[in-house]
Amino acid sequence: MTMALLAQTGRPFPDWAWFNERNVGELRELLIEHIQLTGLALLLGLLIAIPLAVAAVRWRRVYSPLLAFTGVLFTVPSAALFILLLALLPQRPPFGLGIGTSLVGLTIYTLLILFRNTVAGLDSVPPEVTEAATAMGYTPGRRLVRVEFPLALPVIIAGVRIAAVTTIGLVTVTAFIGQGGLGRLFLSGFRTQYTMEIAVGLVLSIVLAVVVDLALVLSERRLTPWSQSRGAGT
Amino acid sequence: MITFDAVRKQYPDGTVAVDDLNLEVEEGEVVVLVGPSGCGKTTSMRMVNRMIEPTSGTITVDGRDVMQTDPVKLRRDIGYVIQQIGLFPHRTTAENIATVPELLGWDRKRIRDRVDELIATVGLPEGVADRYPHQLSGGQRQRVGVARALATDPSVMLMDEPFGAVDPIVRGRLQDEFLRLQAQVHKTIVFVTHDIDEAIKMGDRIAILAEGGVLQQYETPATILAKPANAFVEDFLGEERGLKRLSLIPVKEVAADRGPVVRVGTSAADARQIAQREGTDWVVILSEDATLLGWTFIDDLADPIDGAAARPFATEVNAHDSLRAALDALVGSWTGVAVRVSDGDHYEGLVTREMLTAELREDTKSAA
Amino acid sequence: MNWAPIWPWLIGQEHEALRITGVPTLLLEHLLYVAVPVVAAIVIALPIGLWVGHINKGGTLAINVSNAGRAIPSLGLILIAYIAFEGSLTPVFVTLIAMAVPPILTNTYVGVREVDPEIRDAAAGMGLSGWQILRRVEIPMAMPVIMAGIRTSAVQVVATATLAAFVGLGGLGRPIFTGLATSVQFNPDARTVVVVAVVLVAVFAIVVEQSLGVVERLVVPSGLRRLQEQQRSGAPVNADAGPAQQTEEQSTVTV
Repeated sequence: MTMALLAQTGRPFPDWAWFNERNVGELRELLIEHIQLTGLALLLGLLIAIPLAVAAVRWRRVYSPLLAFTGVLFTVPSAALFILLLALLPQRPPFGLGIGTSLVGLTIYTLLILFRNTVAGLDSVPPEVTEAATAMGYTPGRRLVRVEFPLALPVIIAGVRIAAVTTIGLVTVTAFIGQGGLGRLFLSGFRTQYTMEIAVGLVLSIVLAVVVDLALVLSERRLTPWSQSRGAGT
Repeated sequence: MITFDAVRKQYPDGTVAVDDLNLEVEEGEVVVLVGPSGCGKTTSMRMVNRMIEPTSGTITVDGRDVMQTDPVKLRRDIGYVIQQIGLFPHRTTAENIATVPELLGWDRKRIRDRVDELIATVGLPEGVADRYPHQLSGGQRQRVGVARALATDPSVMLMDEPFGAVDPIVRGRLQDEFLRLQAQVHKTIVFVTHDIDEAIKMGDRIAILAEGGVLQQYETPATILAKPANAFVEDFLGEERGLKRLSLIPVKEVAADRGPVVRVGTSAADARQIAQREGTDWVVILSEDATLLGWTFIDDLADPIDGAAARPFATEVNAHDSLRAALDALVGSWTGVAVRVSDGDHYEGLVTREMLTAELREDTKSAA
Repeated sequence: MNWAPIWPWLIGQEHEALRITGVPTLLLEHLLYVAVPVVAAIVIALPIGLWVGHINKGGTLAINVSNAGRAIPSLGLILIAYIAFEGSLTPVFVTLIAMAVPPILTNTYVGVREVDPEIRDAAAGMGLSGWQILRRVEIPMAMPVIMAGIRTSAVQVVATATLAAFVGLGGLGRPIFTGLATSVQFNPDARTVVVVAVVLVAVFAIVVEQSLGVVERLVVPSGLRRLQEQQRSGAPVNADAGPAQQTEEQSTVTV
């Protein structure tokens, strides 16, 4: 029945004819744009979240207000935030309809998840381990890098996974402000009433999210060999 | 080696954890800080490596004021063992032990050799080197903790209930092994425990602290047990103070009674004479080379004496056992007599309950 | 920025330059577009979640439905729904309901599962029937997590409803998209309208979230709440457990 409904637009569904040479070529471009936006947003998010998290762990008083602030930003619907950024940021590249506006918005969203998870990850390090490390003569900086962060990794990567999947969805919304990745197919398909085009964008976004999630799970396993054999020798 | 000079620790909310502590730890001795919770024993220990800083007073390690020393350098020179151990979960046993050597920049080979050496020293099997902490048993983890603290052969060690997280059997074993190790390496050790028995066993000197961080008594275990300084110490030592003292005295300090001893080959008549002289109706039979064969009633003696009818002694003690262990053995014996042997079944004499109590009385008198 | 037309617009008159419905109407519309789908989602998801949690079967599905939901761009769904059904708004509404379901479903399931098995055991031992255990033990104890899921869902619907304004659904998203269409970068009227609308929708989302927080406080017995707070403080966002692990300060990102 769905097929029949979707076919009301005058074209068959699924319309495999969509996959002509031009569209497939464009698809590759869109995929690359999508991945770039996601990757950059995650990277920027981490670059900001990690120092913030270290500060929040050291100066506990900062944590609550920071969390509250980022939490508030989180509740703002993405379409609203993106369009607001378009309205307020200067109209010069890279902003305006360029990549800059979208990146600011995407990074704001990745920031909360990554910040919260990094703090939680650092908090999850057993206190006796940090105590032993300090007592053995680790400077705070070296301890952070060699002991605390490796142990915080599982929780941090969990955050990266969520942030990644979420961002992949959010990138489609940036179609409204000049970017969009696969989301461009949504708008172009909408304008031409071409459901197949929207469907292609939809399915590919989901596939991309699943693939990225899987890749992150696998890399977590490789980065934390000490948690893999758990249960084998107890 | 370590001195506490009028050391005081007070927290912003007013609680006094350590109050005017004056203490000196000599090089090579094990000093145990013991007391109920809230007595400041752990706080005091942690001020030595500046994990906590004193509010007033001075602490010196090897002559240097800890507050004037770079804390990082200070800590790299002090071994630190805590109850929960704090092994790095993301590093193998070998990597854990190698922590401070790595921080100090030793070369790979030196580290590897040292790690292997330490694994053997603390009694771990070779295979553990590449295992992760969660794959080890509690007792093994504790040993790795000790090995890690010993890695750079520091002269000072701080140990906070290091054997607390394991069951009593394993704990006893770890304590024995540690004492054996200390006899070889002679480190200066500050040891914290809440268990008075562990303190008596492990300490060359014991510092008893009361709540609020006030030092009550600082003496050898034997002295404290014989002459507790006040009611608090008495209370803390517990009701079986006398028995605890016995555990400090080895059997070999008690002169063993030679007893009615005959060798194989002696005539029955001579044997009966010896028994009469000693006032017993039985004799101890030794072989030609003086190893113990057993005992027999004089009425059952063969002529000449052979070892065939010799009965084994019900109760046996070794020269190295504590008097407490000897008493424990004698409690169950209906004869009240134990035979004392050295390693190899070499007969040394007889030990009775009366001898033990006499010894205890003597010990009390000499401590006065 | 042109503030003059804003004030009458805020109190209910149509915006002069852009011809947008007055704010109070938009607010009410948006409230409708949030309340109805959330209530519908509760009606659908709660029983299923409770049942699946109670009999402890189908859990993996219940958990993964949220992870899956996170991966689906709602914009695409809305657009397809709109076109496929010839521009009718009902399927868009259905999409809103569909997007509101996963957080509630997952959280209900997880909430019931997380009830201490010892407590369940004690209840059975006292002679409570399965149904009674569910009603008297599992549901009350799962309430905090369930409420968290409802809050997450509500915030998400606020966002999706905003998006749906693009295809003509009313609500606070309308001025945003109208502003976008009238060259928001250069048109001072459009810019003002967009700024105001974004602030309005953000405040609206926060108010929705906080009010549900108040509801949660009323619904959850206080002794339980203190226990949960202890357990939850600092709980990280766990990729596999989905929204259940997300507490007041943070919910799923609003797409």
